[in-house]
Amino acid sequence: MMSGMIADTRPHAGELDGVKRRRVLQQYRRSQRRDCLRALALVAPLCIFLLVMFGWPLVTMLTRAVSNDDFGAVLHRTSVALAEWDGTGTPSERVYADFAADLRQAHDEQTMGQVTSALNFEWTGARSLLMRTVRPLSTEPENGWKEKLIETAPDWGNPDLWVLIKRLTQPYTSRHFLAALDLEQAVDGSIQGVGPEKAIYVTLFLRTLWVSAAVAGLCLLLGYPLATLLARLPLKTSNLLMMLVLLPFWTSLLVRTTSWIVLLQDNGVINSMLVWLGLVSEGNRLSLIFNVTGTLIAMTHVLLPFMILPLYSVMKSIPPSYVRAALSLGASPITAFWRVYLPQTIPGVLAGTLMVFVLAVGYYITPALVGGQSGQLISNIIAYHMQQSLNWGLAGALGSLLLVGVLLVYWLFNRLTGGQGLRMG
Amino acid sequence: MALPAHISPMGRLAHYGYLIFCGSVLLFLIAPILVIVPLSFNSAPYFTFSREMLQLDLSAFSLRWYRDIVQNGMQNPNASFGWSYLVDSWNNAQWIHSLKNSFVIAIATTILSMLLGTLAALGLTSPGMPARGLVTSLLISPMIVPIIITSAGMYFAFSTMGLTGTFAGLIIAHTVLGTPFVVITVTATLEGFDRNLIRAGLSLGASPVRVFRSVIMPLILPGVASGGIFAFATSFDEVVAVIFLADYDQRTVPRQMWAGIREQISPTILAMATILVLLSIGLLTIVELLRRRTERMRGTTL
Repeated sequence: MMSGMIADTRPHAGELDGVKRRRVLQQYRRSQRRDCLRALALVAPLCIFLLVMFGWPLVTMLTRAVSNDDFGAVLHRTSVALAEWDGTGTPSERVYADFAADLRQAHDEQTMGQVTSALNFEWTGARSLLMRTVRPLSTEPENGWKEKLIETAPDWGNPDLWVLIKRLTQPYTSRHFLAALDLEQAVDGSIQGVGPEKAIYVTLFLRTLWVSAAVAGLCLLLGYPLATLLARLPLKTSNLLMMLVLLPFWTSLLVRTTSWIVLLQDNGVINSMLVWLGLVSEGNRLSLIFNVTGTLIAMTHVLLPFMILPLYSVMKSIPPSYVRAALSLGASPITAFWRVYLPQTIPGVLAGTLMVFVLAVGYYITPALVGGQSGQLISNIIAYHMQQSLNWGLAGALGSLLLVGVLLVYWLFNRLTGGQGLRMG
Repeated sequence: MALPAHISPMGRLAHYGYLIFCGSVLLFLIAPILVIVPLSFNSAPYFTFSREMLQLDLSAFSLRWYRDIVQNGMQNPNASFGWSYLVDSWNNAQWIHSLKNSFVIAIATTILSMLLGTLAALGLTSPGMPARGLVTSLLISPMIVPIIITSAGMYFAFSTMGLTGTFAGLIIAHTVLGTPFVVITVTATLEGFDRNLIRAGLSLGASPVRVFRSVIMPLILPGVASGGIFAFATSFDEVVAVIFLADYDQRTVPRQMWAGIREQISPTILAMATILVLLSIGLLTIVELLRRRTERMRGTTL
């Protein structure tokens, strides 16, 4: 719009001689540059703020996912010694001696925790193994450290454990990303699936995908007819009904989740009503909550306004005369809807569906409160690893995979809606 | 929406079916929010309507859960009502503590978001802005990135900056989450804005500052205000970042509700929820009024 404006005021080449023309062009370019700089200066504060307070945290999380933290730093002598070990048989006496020295120092400086927790995720029983090993380290052995350590705990004679330690002393690792995909690196370096009792993350990713798709589908199913009605009603009525859509949108997420707990629990309003109506017997109350059903119902309710609003704004802009023309030309109502109305609403359908999907994929609060065991999504396991198991590397890897997925859908959303999709109010 | 006279019985049936379906969807949207209001006045600690409540027996209703909001945590909850009772409640009651925190954090977030977001929106809509689409998507990406990822990342990054367990950290986190709303609403207001008004002002001899103050500002103010309300609501409702970044001292209302629902759900939560519903009705009304004002000013009066 603006460039057209400026082009119109640009002098015609024929009217000016070369020198003047160049000067005018120069002035024009300078003013353009000034406009550009001013625009950038206005955007800069928010850009810098987001870079430091949003971009940097995301980068930190990504580096968590690929770094071995301080494992190599705490065991620095061991890591140097292990570099020369080729991975076959047990390492040399020097490795054992350096390892003993590192452990002793870590014990004194109270940095053992970093070694223990990292090793414990990979080697069952590593915590007690290390505790058993640290205690007798204060006395020098008679026949060298290797014999003494293996004597204390036979695990130290297992080359697999040393392969693992060598891998952990590297600064960067792929093990968290592998674990997030239910994979692990075998002792010989090949990548294999973990045992079925440990394989949970792929299942969770898939469940997150299907729950989000189901929620988006349900929202479309419920929201589309309502949006058509709102778009066709006289403005006074539709504004009033729109309030009923907007109020849930503005109500606190926790309030809405609480309401669903109140409504759906075994002694809740819905079950009590069904029992009272005689549809369900007292002993067979429906379990509607603390499972995946609860997650689906509550998330559909929470995200439905995000479907209705874009649908409504697209439908509002469709002239009703098209459908009327189709009907007067002899199309049945179904044909008129299917061939004339529906194709015009596709931008709204896409915007709403992708928006709901993207929000559902990252949902945490609602599944945590109403999902029980079977309704947990990927966000919940990330929170679990952040707060309870403290396996931050794995939490970072799961988060990074989720982030990449979400950004892909967002990119698709922007492509399909031309960057105009996010509107509100 | 009157039906034409020539419509077939089948068509009539379909039409009423359609209306009933839409009505049920509206009921699905609104009923869960309304159902907690009467339940919050239940005198018994249950989450369902008792027989007495359905018979509208007044003794089945009480304000005890609202009293609990004011009293829970007080040093001397049985004192008679008076100045010292109020001071005790203000200083010691858990819910009052979290309400105070919520308001402090949300108001600071609103001011910061309005400032940063309005500036950015002015830049984004000005004619010289390069790579507008890309920058816009980047600026509103905090809305898209799952909150759990943002919060986990902030937990790592903020602990190195000493921002965890501080009000500053929470205000920053909420500003990150709230500013995109201001960017979106103000950009939307500015896009329908006739730039000739600026030129008219300048050509009539006003300084750029004066043009901003008396031409641009009044026109974008509704957008700024509704963006600010979005930011306020975002902060007031946010719980994941609070879980990760706050200590007890910074506990907000949603955090307190989260703890209550997870540990032992008591009807006090319903009383608090009712208060929050009233708050959201208030916010929604303000935003609607602002939206209509913008539309009127643009000449598209409805």
